[in-house]
Amino acid sequence: MHPHQYIAATNITEAVSLLARHGARARILAGGTDLLVQLRSDRYELDAVVDAKAIPELMELTLDGSLTIGAALPCYRVYEDKEVAAAFPGIIDAASLIGGIQVQSRASIGGNLCNATPSADGICPLIVHSGVVTITGVAGTRTMAVEDFATGPGRNALGYGEMLVNVHLPKPMANFGAAYQRFIPRNEMDIAVAGVAAAVTLAESGDKITSARVALAAVGPTPIFAKQASAFLVGQPATEEVFARAGEIASTEATPITDMRGTVEQRHHLVGVLTRRTLAQATQRARGNF
Amino acid sequence: MTQTPEQSVRKVSVQCTLNGQPTEFLAAPYLSLLETLRETLGLTGTKEGCNDGNCGACTVNVDGRIIDSCLMLGVEAEGKVIETIEGVAPAGGLHPLQQAFLEEAALQCGICTPGFLVSAKALLEREPDADEQRIRLWLAGNLCRCTGYDKIIRAVEKARDGMK
Repeated sequence: MHPHQYIAATNITEAVSLLARHGARARILAGGTDLLVQLRSDRYELDAVVDAKAIPELMELTLDGSLTIGAALPCYRVYEDKEVAAAFPGIIDAASLIGGIQVQSRASIGGNLCNATPSADGICPLIVHSGVVTITGVAGTRTMAVEDFATGPGRNALGYGEMLVNVHLPKPMANFGAAYQRFIPRNEMDIAVAGVAAAVTLAESGDKITSARVALAAVGPTPIFAKQASAFLVGQPATEEVFARAGEIASTEATPITDMRGTVEQRHHLVGVLTRRTLAQATQRARGNF
Repeated sequence: MTQTPEQSVRKVSVQCTLNGQPTEFLAAPYLSLLETLRETLGLTGTKEGCNDGNCGACTVNVDGRIIDSCLMLGVEAEGKVIETIEGVAPAGGLHPLQQAFLEEAALQCGICTPGFLVSAKALLEREPDADEQRIRLWLAGNLCRCTGYDKIIRAVEKARDGMK
């Protein structure tokens, strides 16, 4: 690891001024589960590592109907909160399967966003929950839909001297449910071959879909908001046939590659299957069955 | 005389509680907690396996949570309560998990063993009734290439039953 200095910033102003001063030679440290691996691989060198875990806003977890997750908050803090788990099960699906227990003690949802790998388990559930990120920098603060934050493999929308502060999920409507599932060759501690998050809101009768969002992981250069599948579902009955058709549409929105984890064909197939299954699970949750 | 990059970065004074003892040391801010434990503090019970957060051989307990010490900087130990494998056994004896690992032959080469013990201890302290499935899931972040895991799981179950 290239010798770098370490600064535990205590407020956002201090952190962004350090980022502005060092440019690309400074990075924010949250859980370090990606950053330290990358520093050790000599992918890049830093002069300054800015620890964000002493900044109160980045360690926030506020549930007031809506949910605000500070960018440096470790996964376990999210999934061990029973009220959050009940209100936002789609987020819990992801937070409790990123890495093993050791990684979940440190890794943050915000770090998962910033690292912006196409296979990130944490991003698609935020997209289907209509998440909005808050970004701040020396020039001010801005917000952005989660689906616009990842711009390419390992690339994100943060500009010079900017940092991610939090992600905000609006209060779910009545009869809302969400779920995330991925396919991996073993049961835990692996990287998704493909993953799908789905969210539905049902009419009061519980059988008709009034709004839906579907997002796809590991099947394109970034996590993908499947707009066509999402639009198709609106107004449809919540049936297996409709979920299967949505899966076929979502499959056409995936742009996967063949790599060591899977082939293009397998990934298209998996998107169809996982879309169908997550829609069914989200529907069950929308009906109050966990 | 020009400085090497290492000389240009100042070491940081860190105070923490390590295996129950107040501890102060100078940490190079670019060394992992694993490197700091082994090379600065001489605690070589914590092992380096993959050094990238996959294998769990370097597992230590920080403020009651298990973490991979290869993925944390030594300077981040400031103010923390840390327990390594050296802090697991009571004075003059073995922890029930260590005894069970011996009786069940839950190790062969032994490199993964400190990590398994630190992880399993944290589980049984939090969840004294953890069942086999829960134990297997909790230990998914610890890899063993020798035993095939069954003996390890049996040892943890034996320790669990003995600790009740």
